[in-house]
Amino acid sequence: MVNTFGTLQFTAKTCIANTGIVVGPVEKDSTFADSFDEVLSLETEKNETNEQAHSHLIEKACYWAVKNGHTEIDKIDVLIGGDLINQLSPTNFAARTLAMPFLGVFSACASSMESTILACLLLESGNAKTVLAGASSHHQAVERQFRYPLEYGAQKPKTAQWTVTGAGFALLEKDVKNAPVVTHATIGRVVDSQQKNPLHMGAAMASAARDTIERHLKNTNSKMADYDVIMTGDLGKIGLSILKEMFQDENSGVVLQDAGAQFYGNDTFFNAGASGAGCSAVVFFGQIYNQLKKGVFKRVLLVATGALLSPLTFQQGETIPCIAHAIECRMEKRG
Amino acid sequence: MDQQQFQKVVDEKNPKVPYFMNMLKAFIVGGIICTIGQLITFFYMRFFPFTEGTAANPTVATLVFIAMILTGTGLYKKIAQFAGAGSAVPVTGFGNAVISSAIEHKSEGYVLGVGGNMFKLAGSVILFGVLSAFVVALIKTILVNLGVVSW
Repeated sequence: MVNTFGTLQFTAKTCIANTGIVVGPVEKDSTFADSFDEVLSLETEKNETNEQAHSHLIEKACYWAVKNGHTEIDKIDVLIGGDLINQLSPTNFAARTLAMPFLGVFSACASSMESTILACLLLESGNAKTVLAGASSHHQAVERQFRYPLEYGAQKPKTAQWTVTGAGFALLEKDVKNAPVVTHATIGRVVDSQQKNPLHMGAAMASAARDTIERHLKNTNSKMADYDVIMTGDLGKIGLSILKEMFQDENSGVVLQDAGAQFYGNDTFFNAGASGAGCSAVVFFGQIYNQLKKGVFKRVLLVATGALLSPLTFQQGETIPCIAHAIECRMEKRG
Repeated sequence: MDQQQFQKVVDEKNPKVPYFMNMLKAFIVGGIICTIGQLITFFYMRFFPFTEGTAANPTVATLVFIAMILTGTGLYKKIAQFAGAGSAVPVTGFGNAVISSAIEHKSEGYVLGVGGNMFKLAGSVILFGVLSAFVVALIKTILVNLGVVSW
């Protein structure tokens, strides 16, 4: 492994062997619906609380990843995961059921990529053979913690985003045939662009995404055109247009895409699009993973973006610091 | 790109808030709610022994009851997305704030959950409502004592 100012290079052929994706009922009509393993029929299913439903969502995604990867629960060396709820209780509770060695991570909606990076480091160092890594979010649980009660009548502005109910977990192993390889990763810096509006997080996160993409391209001596797609996690429609504006000189129009902006298509009910830790996890490990596996994409940069605010900090008038972690995946020729 | 340039891009990309349309929608929906309230007042004055002054209490209770049904069935937030202040300012908005909090916190039990959090959003309405009523009453008391106006 070589480290160039936050960009890690993995030489051990760390692969995404398979993935498991479970989403809630609202996500049934998503643009990415083909790539989901399971769609729940109710937001809380048979659980009494949103938080319990959140935990079960995580468990299910992990079971799917293990099943899809034709392995067994007790063969997983480490589970790495995160969500947005206080003290990571949904992921912690899911880890209680799964009973695997567990590392909980938090970088808000960038948790999916943070856990993947850590998984690759564990594989690279030879300390683990099979790692489950991912992230999740649950609309109702997040809405309650960060915003208002679900049934409260507050008008949402056009910049607001809809937190995805979804969990995406990836099974990572070394030297897997016909699987995308994680070749590089760039660890994000916490960037603060002095934004204060918690209902416009795309603007706050765009700067963090730009910083990480710029550093990644520089450290790997690449250009945007070298990638089939550079996909950010949940900037939303407006956040993505801000990011494109910041890269305007570099012909970024086609390459730069955003999972949150595409997630719900053009339905105006969702305003600027999707968000949440589950958004990047579900799309990166779902659609993008499938496209890599099919060989449609050969080289992609996946940038999960996280807004590191809490209900306390924004009420105290603090700005919203953001972070973006990125991994580069390549699909080599089938053979 | 420095902070100023960035802020300029953000401001450019921000969708324009349709203030006029928002005000118009708020006026119409708020007006409809108030008209319904007026009809309820007439109903209580016509069929029950209430006067114009005393009919206000059962009217408010009825409106809050209607808001409770609409909140429980998930309709109130849909109306609110369209109406904005039109559904937030009338007493039904107060009812919605109380009831939505009560539903949300039911999972933590009736005492610490529902009881402790029901007025989380509406508490400030009560506080500043009482405060402004006190200030207005004080001003009127002074004016009456000075002989400017009478009760």
